[in-house]
Amino acid sequence: MARKLSFLLAINEAMHQEMARDESVIVLGEDIAGGAGGSAGNDEAWGGALGATQGLKTKYPNRVLDTPISESAFIGAAVGAAAAGMRPIAELMFVDFMGVCFDQIYNQAAKFRYMFGGNAVTPVVIRTMYGAGLRAASQHSQTLYPLFAHIPGLKVVIPSNPYDAKGLLIQAIRDNDPIVFFEHKALYELEGEVPEESYTIPFGEANIVREGSDVTIVAVGRMVQQSLIAAETLAAEGISVEIVDPRTISPLDEDTIYESVENTGRLVIVDEAHPRCSFASDVGALVAQNAFHALTAPIRMVTAPHSPVPFSPSLEDLFVPSPEKIAAAVRGVMNAKAGARR
Amino acid sequence: MTVTAELTQEQLLRGYRTMRTIREFEERLHIEIANAQIPGFVHLYAGEEAVAAGVCASLADTDWVSSTHRGHGHAIAKGCDVKGMMAEIYGRATGLCKGKGGSMHIADFRVGMLGANGIVGGGPPLVCGVGLASKVRGDGTVGVAFLGDGASNQGTFLESLNLSAIWKLPVVFVVENNGYGEATGQAYHQSVADTAKRADGFGLPGITVDGNDFFAVAEAAAEAIARARDGHGPTLLECKTTRFFGHFEGDTQTYRDLSEVTEARASRDCLVSFRARVTRAGLIDAGVLDAMDAEIRQLIDESVVEALAAPFPDASQLTTDVYIKY
Repeated sequence: MARKLSFLLAINEAMHQEMARDESVIVLGEDIAGGAGGSAGNDEAWGGALGATQGLKTKYPNRVLDTPISESAFIGAAVGAAAAGMRPIAELMFVDFMGVCFDQIYNQAAKFRYMFGGNAVTPVVIRTMYGAGLRAASQHSQTLYPLFAHIPGLKVVIPSNPYDAKGLLIQAIRDNDPIVFFEHKALYELEGEVPEESYTIPFGEANIVREGSDVTIVAVGRMVQQSLIAAETLAAEGISVEIVDPRTISPLDEDTIYESVENTGRLVIVDEAHPRCSFASDVGALVAQNAFHALTAPIRMVTAPHSPVPFSPSLEDLFVPSPEKIAAAVRGVMNAKAGARR
Repeated sequence: MTVTAELTQEQLLRGYRTMRTIREFEERLHIEIANAQIPGFVHLYAGEEAVAAGVCASLADTDWVSSTHRGHGHAIAKGCDVKGMMAEIYGRATGLCKGKGGSMHIADFRVGMLGANGIVGGGPPLVCGVGLASKVRGDGTVGVAFLGDGASNQGTFLESLNLSAIWKLPVVFVVENNGYGEATGQAYHQSVADTAKRADGFGLPGITVDGNDFFAVAEAAAEAIARARDGHGPTLLECKTTRFFGHFEGDTQTYRDLSEVTEARASRDCLVSFRARVTRAGLIDAGVLDAMDAEIRQLIDESVVEALAAPFPDASQLTTDVYIKY
């Protein structure tokens, strides 16, 4: 039986292996080691806010740098170091904080290659935590990948399980374009089979997580796990669900989505982001334009509402798309007909 | 041969050539823009040449600079191809960036030009990264961030002062204080007369020099760059200078008394003072400078003629160069 590893340790192992393989890989971020300058004299007190970078500082003291709480400076420094030939992995602790450093990502890193006529190489990876579920309220819980997917020049990676997390992160580190890598906080404890050796998963190749024939669910990140729970419930009711996990939303594997919809004739998109101008609305629009002939029912989106993430557990649990809501949407499209009113 | 305290004859000749090339380039653009030949926004560097030339006198191709929206001078001083720059500003396929960048995004990584930048304050964090790469590799390269007095109020700059100081990065921040952030005077937009004083709060040296004096800039920059190269960390170098033209071409400049410019052109022109100093001291013959002037005028003429004759980018270029692989 293959080794099991948590999502968090899969991420950690990917960075350890790539730092060992390539001296140009450096890691920087806030408290990625933690403790520098503190009275305990412990320069690796934390290993990251939730521990994803543990052990790196001890092993590679000169290539792992704690930064001040100064996102514009250190995210920009990661971009500049990438332009100068390094392969930086910058940890932007919570994606919610990108508001204070977005310029360096979308006006600098994302545009160098184009603005400079194809003469720039900026291989930077920005790892960041996203998502609700930790009662962390409005400024530490958002699902902001649509903002990045909107920007040409950036690649957006959203792993849903430990195996993909390791393979996609290694691919991201070796990739030559700027990448934003989204890690859902509520997935860190999830365990799965993860090979010890190094491996990569190509971008733009969707994974069919579960095969089925009645309804296609397209989901990313934690929503894949929620959809798997819903699919079990629906199977017991005799509804066969196919789950497509694109794994990267920019680039997006459109073909696998169309093929699945052509087989099932029905589409439900599950997205933890807000519904307007989102990943869900994007996939819905693409399928409506390119696979309309295959649809036998209206497309349905299951998303968070158009509201900030609430604090109170009773409200936050309503905010996140649940397996129950996903199952209800699937039952809805099973009963709906194209051409009929909603 | 060292002919001043710090500068070799080669550095002096290169400095003059750089300043004259920038001046001719910018004065010519001013005319061509009035002739409605150039698309978009252009911000001219004329008047500030001594800063770019003086700083870059101590930099090699392997060193890096980040620049600003007013970036032509830095690009020329760092060694970007002048004809490629001109074609870029005209939006032609033969431009340094294939016509995709334009005046505000001229870059050439091969000579360490990290890019003009349309975002005020965009450059300093990038230069921290260049310095970090140098430090991790131990290759002795230096990064210089050029910015204006306007950008010196941006958080990116202040954060970069702190980050570079705590990490002792081999970088220099050069504030070109021309007295205006766009149309707003320095006396209004900051509460210190010398931007260099801001260095005190971050624990790095801050020096103010006359930015119209090539020698003053070159000598202060040489020291700051050597300090960075030797592992002693960053310096903030403020160069007080004058912008001969408006913030952008088309700016009516109703916010300033234009006698400021007349007076600066008459008494603080870096090219005039350079020529007077080196010829009076017998360091360089006036005939050598005259010949260089003629050669540069011809280069700029040719660059305009060639740019106008060059094709615009093909439609197929619209969506190329977005990614290396997508």
